[in-house]
Amino acid sequence: MLEGILIGLTTAFTGTNLLMVIGGCLIGTFIGMLPGLGPMSIIAIMIPVAISIGDPSAALILLAGVYYGAIFGGSTSSILINAPGVASTVATSFDGYPLARQGKAGKALTVAAIASFCGGTIGAILLMIFAPMLASVALLFHSAEYFALMVVGLSAIAAFAGTGQVGKALLMTLLGLIMATVGEGALFNAPRFTMGIMDLQSGFGFITLAMAMFALPEALYLVLDPARSNNEAGGEIKDLRITRDEAKQIAPVIGRQSIQGFLIGVLPGAGATIASFLGYAVERNIASKEDQEQFGKGSIKGLAAPEAANNAAATGSFVPLLTLGIPGSGTTAILLGALIALNVTPGPRLMIDEPEVFWAVIVSMYIGNLVLLFLNLPLIPYIAKVLAVPRTFLIPFILFFTLMGAYIGQNNATELLILVGFGICATILRFADYPLAPLLIGFILGQMLEDNFSRSMQLEGGIGFILERPMTMGLLAFAVLLVVLPTYRARRARIRAQGIADGD
Amino acid sequence: MALDRWIALIILMICLAYGYAAFFTMDATLPPFMQRNPVWPSTFPKILSVIGALVALSVVLGLEKDTGGGKEPDIDYTRLGDYKIGQALFLLGLMVAYALCLRPVGFLGSTMFFLIAGSVVLGERRWFIMIPVAAFASGGIWYLVQEVLGIFLRPWPFFLGV
Repeated sequence: MLEGILIGLTTAFTGTNLLMVIGGCLIGTFIGMLPGLGPMSIIAIMIPVAISIGDPSAALILLAGVYYGAIFGGSTSSILINAPGVASTVATSFDGYPLARQGKAGKALTVAAIASFCGGTIGAILLMIFAPMLASVALLFHSAEYFALMVVGLSAIAAFAGTGQVGKALLMTLLGLIMATVGEGALFNAPRFTMGIMDLQSGFGFITLAMAMFALPEALYLVLDPARSNNEAGGEIKDLRITRDEAKQIAPVIGRQSIQGFLIGVLPGAGATIASFLGYAVERNIASKEDQEQFGKGSIKGLAAPEAANNAAATGSFVPLLTLGIPGSGTTAILLGALIALNVTPGPRLMIDEPEVFWAVIVSMYIGNLVLLFLNLPLIPYIAKVLAVPRTFLIPFILFFTLMGAYIGQNNATELLILVGFGICATILRFADYPLAPLLIGFILGQMLEDNFSRSMQLEGGIGFILERPMTMGLLAFAVLLVVLPTYRARRARIRAQGIADGD
Repeated sequence: MALDRWIALIILMICLAYGYAAFFTMDATLPPFMQRNPVWPSTFPKILSVIGALVALSVVLGLEKDTGGGKEPDIDYTRLGDYKIGQALFLLGLMVAYALCLRPVGFLGSTMFFLIAGSVVLGERRWFIMIPVAAFASGGIWYLVQEVLGIFLRPWPFFLGV
């Protein structure tokens, strides 16, 4: 492992790569602060830039930096104007915004930054320990197990993403898989489902889809409902210092939530949002009586908990991505797409074939966290000025960046029409409360899922491969359980609520 | 019937059409030597279409009741009239116009037009800020994409060459 860290250090500490981390963090914070642009949209916009760099380590370092920066920027806007740019920082605003209203915005930002820093750092250490272990297990997997593992990942995402609406989330996953079959597959050199349209020959562009699913609906929501971007600043940012007493208060909270957040982040589909809400709830429950009173009114514990948890979870979500090649969240799915475009295949062999990519990413996580704490935090009062940009200027620019992201990826104007079309569909889907992340993850995993499926079919000469190895069977059974269990439990709870005995 | 079930119905139609293509039309063009393979290009789509149709049907029929705990949706579509739907549609129209104009009119012209028109639609009337901002942004981004990233973007209208 020490050897790995050294490889990572030598790769990450080159001038270009350091510049990538710093630049990525700054850009991420800057854009993440804007309402309506979450980490997913920002990474999707940055992908063409990253791809044109060419060097996979540098590109991934840039994107990871953007990711952390965006999470940090999202927390800043939750604290300052109670407008969380991202779902995972909603819990931050519970206590952060009241603090800002009390004139302690500077203190709140510092607490948030320290909690994020510790969460991210502890997460990175755990990632360093867990990822090699998981990768060595994953090397034993055959295509059949990979297929089963991806099915497990997809059903977990469906089960966790739709709260109480597993059916809808599952439907979105399947729609994503169906969209992935459009175009020429890798194993069969025949175009499928193109309806004779030349532009569909190579399938849908994943950046286009990512933009249409996340950036465009958010921007349209901002247009539809001006109240969402109406911001009332919570006060001037001054006095970034915290006292020794406060540091002592939040230390155990950060420690607990970093570990819990990391473990939740590793699970597919759970991710930073659930980690932050759960972290907040757990800390409130175990706090002392008088501390509990403070939660929701500006408790620094209540601010530190979700911040530590969501950063640790963001780091944790890299574990399945880097070791199995299976993204656990929408953001890591986009990173996976970027990696594939850069000709890097994440998976257990990544650590053996391209250790410099793997370790450089981990080391750059540390550097990214340092940059956020020592560079971004002091700059926040200036970066926060971007919040004052009127929406009449902001929204056309967000839309324009969405268009550019899709255009420079493909250099094709038809792509823009597809973007608008899908964007409208995605907005309607959001109206009806369909989760969109499963669709994108299904789309990105679709190709790999089918390849592994076909390979196992060819090896075993038919569908019998499912029964051939107990591990495959077990994983598939687990996947079914994941989907059926929440539905079944919800049904039972409903029947019980109606006062009807349910038989047992 | 609520909007989410109508959408599920549409997805059900898509799954059925997709399944029809997978089951009945795709295999006809398969060369004979590939038919000896245990897995055909249509195998995976067949499985997807069946599962997709079943799940869509269960959502259409409302087999799974919403247990989201009465979570308030971001936008209540039954009160769509209260929102700035006109502005949103206009901006979408602008995006389509941008897509169609990008090649013939060139990047600089269409981008400036898009940014200015977008601001105007949203109610901005301060021309002396809008025009310089739009000009500066389109020039700057053109430089970044063309010179720094090295991706070709035609700056001027088609009749000016390049």
